[in-house]
Amino acid sequence: MFDLDRWQEIYHVLKKNKLRTFLTAFGVFWGIFMLVIMMGSGDGLKNGVSQNFGDMATNSVFIWAQQTSVPFKGFTRGRRFDYENADVRALGDAIPEIKFLAPRTNVGGFNGSNNVIRGLKSGAFQIFGDYPVLDSIDPVNLLQGRFINELDVKEKRKIVVIGLRVKELLFEKNENPINQYIQVNGVYFKVVGLFKSKRTGEAASNDNQRIHMPFTTCQKTFNMGDAIGFFNITSKDGIPVAVVEEKAIKVLKKRHSVAPTDDAAIGHFNLEVEYNKMQGLFFGIRVLVWIVGIGTLFAGVIGVSNIMLVVVKERTKEIGIQRALGAAPRIIISQIITESVVLTTFSGYFGLTLGVGLLEFINYLLEKTGAGSDMFLHPGINFNVAITALAILVVAGVVAGLIPARKAVSVKPIDALRYE
Amino acid sequence: MIDITNIHKTYITGTNKLHVLKGIDLKVDAGEMISVMGASGSGKSTLLNILGILDNHDHGEYLLSGIKIEHLNESKAAQLRNKYLGFVFQSFNLVSFKNAMENVALPLYYQNVKRKKRNAIAMEYLDRMGLKEWSHHLPNELSGGQKQRIAIARALIAKPKVILADEPTGALDSVTSQEVMDILTDINKNENITMLIVTHELDIAKRTQKTIRITDGMITEIVKN
Repeated sequence: MFDLDRWQEIYHVLKKNKLRTFLTAFGVFWGIFMLVIMMGSGDGLKNGVSQNFGDMATNSVFIWAQQTSVPFKGFTRGRRFDYENADVRALGDAIPEIKFLAPRTNVGGFNGSNNVIRGLKSGAFQIFGDYPVLDSIDPVNLLQGRFINELDVKEKRKIVVIGLRVKELLFEKNENPINQYIQVNGVYFKVVGLFKSKRTGEAASNDNQRIHMPFTTCQKTFNMGDAIGFFNITSKDGIPVAVVEEKAIKVLKKRHSVAPTDDAAIGHFNLEVEYNKMQGLFFGIRVLVWIVGIGTLFAGVIGVSNIMLVVVKERTKEIGIQRALGAAPRIIISQIITESVVLTTFSGYFGLTLGVGLLEFINYLLEKTGAGSDMFLHPGINFNVAITALAILVVAGVVAGLIPARKAVSVKPIDALRYE
Repeated sequence: MIDITNIHKTYITGTNKLHVLKGIDLKVDAGEMISVMGASGSGKSTLLNILGILDNHDHGEYLLSGIKIEHLNESKAAQLRNKYLGFVFQSFNLVSFKNAMENVALPLYYQNVKRKKRNAIAMEYLDRMGLKEWSHHLPNELSGGQKQRIAIARALIAKPKVILADEPTGALDSVTSQEVMDILTDINKNENITMLIVTHELDIAKRTQKTIRITDGMITEIVKN
């Protein structure tokens, strides 16, 4: 219940020595401010790095073919081989843990010579033959048109979905690329979709220089026969992709007469392992931030406790009067603890608000100037953390007030009354 | 109302022992007005503090309105002070950030009386002290006599059985002193509140019914005025 007398007293005590109150409050303010800034920056770092994954399924593994390094079944070492369409079915049948399986073929590269032409314009881009399922593993922001569909694959349609950068280089600024034709390695394809990467920084600019066409179209048009460039496989939810990875490699080794001991023949990259390493790093950063932040906050709280001791000493006589008039110890104790809680909570709340405000401002600047990078993006703290911090403040306020409050009532009333 | 037998009190400071009260016996009937006199250090204030449950005694028995005062925890002591005792101090001891009305109402605050109600009661008491117009002034805006009258109103508001006054006129000039004594005698007469006044001024003591003289921690003389 609201008790005007109690708040009047708190106001009086805090107002009496404004500089002292301010400096004490500043200790707590600074603690929570630092905590918020550090948490926010940690999250910014995490967001920045996580964005490099875009919306890609992190439980992915990539498997491609390399050269064998062990002679096996009459083959010498150093043999090159390709995966073939039949492997897709075989993998799907042998490994029930697979969720998505996306084989891919590729032509050319963005570092190579110009391979795509439109009228007088030309550029060097990565060309991929893909299945529609790619959209479930590594989705992109479709700006216009559509992605590859099953019918495209089935009918081996000569269509392409192009990245934003491709469009910028091959088309005029205000030109609509949809239903226009571009020439890829001498063959004309119709543009049906335009996309933008969900990643940031360098990863995004790589993505945006890609051209996707139906898998079957790619194989047929560029005379690849049955060959597959690589597999992108994801595991079912809750199953580590390493399980799928191991099984898939075993199956592929068997089908392509690769020695079971040959680790060099099959190239593979487990995104989940990398992702987990990164998650571990961020967890570490988070723990560190909490430790440092709580430490700083603790220093501020000790300051509050200290000042409350001084206040209690200064008010000894006043407290003595109150006790002579019949104030029970619990009234005095709750009064002092309330003072302490008010001081920490107010200054803490201010620190929290200002910290969040600063983060928002940085965020605003980053967005406005486009300075958000691979490493830092959307700094901010989530609501739960803010609530936790406030709860910590209240508890800290109680703790800070406890010792001074006990001290206030430990004096005999008569000694308190005589105190000058 | 007050019945003490063989009260002893020793103060220990480091290795020094100071035997202040050396066996005090005193009986005060309800409605009596008694003054306590004695030289500095004679133990008269200590006696008042023990009677006021602000300090505890080492030996002896203290009955306040039939209640044995012994080994009380501070909550219980606070409750008894609030209910049975009113204090008037030499230095007024008003709470500096509360106005006259709020100061008077303070004992009722500790009884959890609602703010509106206790302030109304406080206004009645201020009116009786002739200080109604000053109800919203802070203590530092008031004269010594006004402050002491507020303190008396504060001591009265919880309707105590006993008022303990420690040098109530010590900080006042003689005219104001007599005014304060007028008020105290009035209260004693009209409300039948027992009153114990510690003083070292003879003319103040003369205005009470009985004067007790304490010398070196013992009651040496009881004079009827």
